Amino acid sequence: MTPVQQMATPAATVRTPSGRRGRPGEPRRVAYLYILPAVAVFGLFILYPLIRTAQFSLYEWDGLGASSWVGLANYQAVFSEPQLRGAFVHALVLIVFYAVVPVTLGLLLAATMSRALLRGLGFFRVVLFLPQVIPMVVVAIAWRQIYEPEGPLNDLLRFVGLDSLARPWLGDYAWALPSVGIVGTWVGTGLCLVLFLAGMARIPRELYEAARLDGAGPLREFVAITLPSVRGELAVALTLTVIAALKTFDLVYVMTSGGPGTETTVPSYQVYNNAFLLGRVGTATALAIVLTAVVFVVTVVINRIGERGQR
Amino acid sequence: MISRGERIANYAVLALFAAIALFPVLLILQTALSNDAIVSDGPASSFNFQNFADAWDQGHFASYMRTSVVVAILVVGLSTVISVLAGYAFGTMSFRGSEVIFYLILLGIMVPAEALVVALYFDLRALGLTNTLVAIVMPQVAQSTAFGTFWMRAYFRTSSREVVEAAHIDGAGHWRTLWQVLVPMGRPAVTTMVVLVFMWTWNEFLIPLIMATSENLRTAPLGLAFFQGQYTSGTALLAAGATLVALPVVVVYLFLQRHFIRGMVEGAVK
Repeated sequence: MTPVQQMATPAATVRTPSGRRGRPGEPRRVAYLYILPAVAVFGLFILYPLIRTAQFSLYEWDGLGASSWVGLANYQAVFSEPQLRGAFVHALVLIVFYAVVPVTLGLLLAATMSRALLRGLGFFRVVLFLPQVIPMVVVAIAWRQIYEPEGPLNDLLRFVGLDSLARPWLGDYAWALPSVGIVGTWVGTGLCLVLFLAGMARIPRELYEAARLDGAGPLREFVAITLPSVRGELAVALTLTVIAALKTFDLVYVMTSGGPGTETTVPSYQVYNNAFLLGRVGTATALAIVLTAVVFVVTVVINRIGERGQR
Repeated sequence: MISRGERIANYAVLALFAAIALFPVLLILQTALSNDAIVSDGPASSFNFQNFADAWDQGHFASYMRTSVVVAILVVGLSTVISVLAGYAFGTMSFRGSEVIFYLILLGIMVPAEALVVALYFDLRALGLTNTLVAIVMPQVAQSTAFGTFWMRAYFRTSSREVVEAAHIDGAGHWRTLWQVLVPMGRPAVTTMVVLVFMWTWNEFLIPLIMATSENLRTAPLGLAFFQGQYTSGTALLAAGATLVALPVVVVYLFLQRHFIRGMVEGAVK
């Protein structure tokens, strides 16, 4: 969606033939002054700390005393210590709840709904999108209340006669992680639905009519027309939701603090926990570097898939 | 071609999902307005606003909100100006190294805060700068600038060459062209950036959690998280605090929802 091409505008006639993009007397050196503040804050508060993080990850340090060089031992710990590896496994589970379920649900719902042109979509769009803007800490507090032993969820289960299912959701070893995940589903589904409805509204009706004349069923229609048309939206939805799952922190910090036991620890939480509560700065930074690498790879792969077929 | 039944079914599905989206929000609001406050001097009514007053005073939310407002103004103000300047250069001027520098900054969008804050905390501590506004604000300015530069560059690249040319012929220099012609014309793009950065800053949790080591610099979400550690969930006071924390960003969203949705739809990732 980023416009990249240089359009040949009527102004082209005014331009001198020499500069491809430049106008006569266009300042070039001054550009460095314009980007100086951005480069400065980027260098000081992103690039330098990132390099320092990588450096820290090669040492063992408790945050106070002397540090000692340990090479890649911290990375070895990230991949071998069950607690740290577990955090990434939990993140994978969260991706299912944060990304796979909302995207699938959003695609199916939008596809069935976009057959009819709906009025009054504006109101629903505002409401469905609302979970995206509420501070995560507030979301966590609301859902903690829902999951309380005497909270609305258990009330509902008892009301419909499923008393045996009622439980303290966030204190349950098997159910704590899915319970956190459901909150991610709640946050992401509206976003996906809004995105896909917008994307599908742009598909020309004639395409479907032509497909139907050719005898295509609803499934063929979906695979051959709908899905390719919303490829861009699909990439955006997946990027936003998968990254949100990988970077989950506030929700876990407020709802469970990683518990019960270590059932709901996630990479971000372990970074915080190791650096500031356990005094394992090296381990924490190694974990942060691995998380960054995962975020990079995921973003690039998703956007590659999104761009393919879109010219 | 589309049957009436199908249309009704569509609305039913939308209504169901809207109800699910609203339920936790309404639950908090209802709890905040309920009457189970520990001490309630005011006259009992069905709507009990006493909880908000208690949270504001006794819960220290006045202080948390003030910090958040200051942080938000600084982050939004600084990152907007810096992004406009950089986006202008990257979008309209050609200079050596522009591609490399731009893509480097673009990578900055993808770097999660987790990979910055630990090292930053220890380095700032060595300088005696933890628990200051600088420590809370500047990392967020950097992150928002990475996004803002990308966002503004896209706008400046689409900005009409004719307009720039006309301003140039009128004798406007590059500085005046930017602030008197391009920025006023680009108000929608700038507004979208501002509301997104405001939302991210207001909701940010990890950076203030690590950088604000004493209570006087706690931002609203941070204060709320510590507050809920002291009270059992479901109490009116906690819900009132949660409502106060969410209110500014929700109000801005209701007024400028097009900008929020457009920003996210066009792939504003943070």
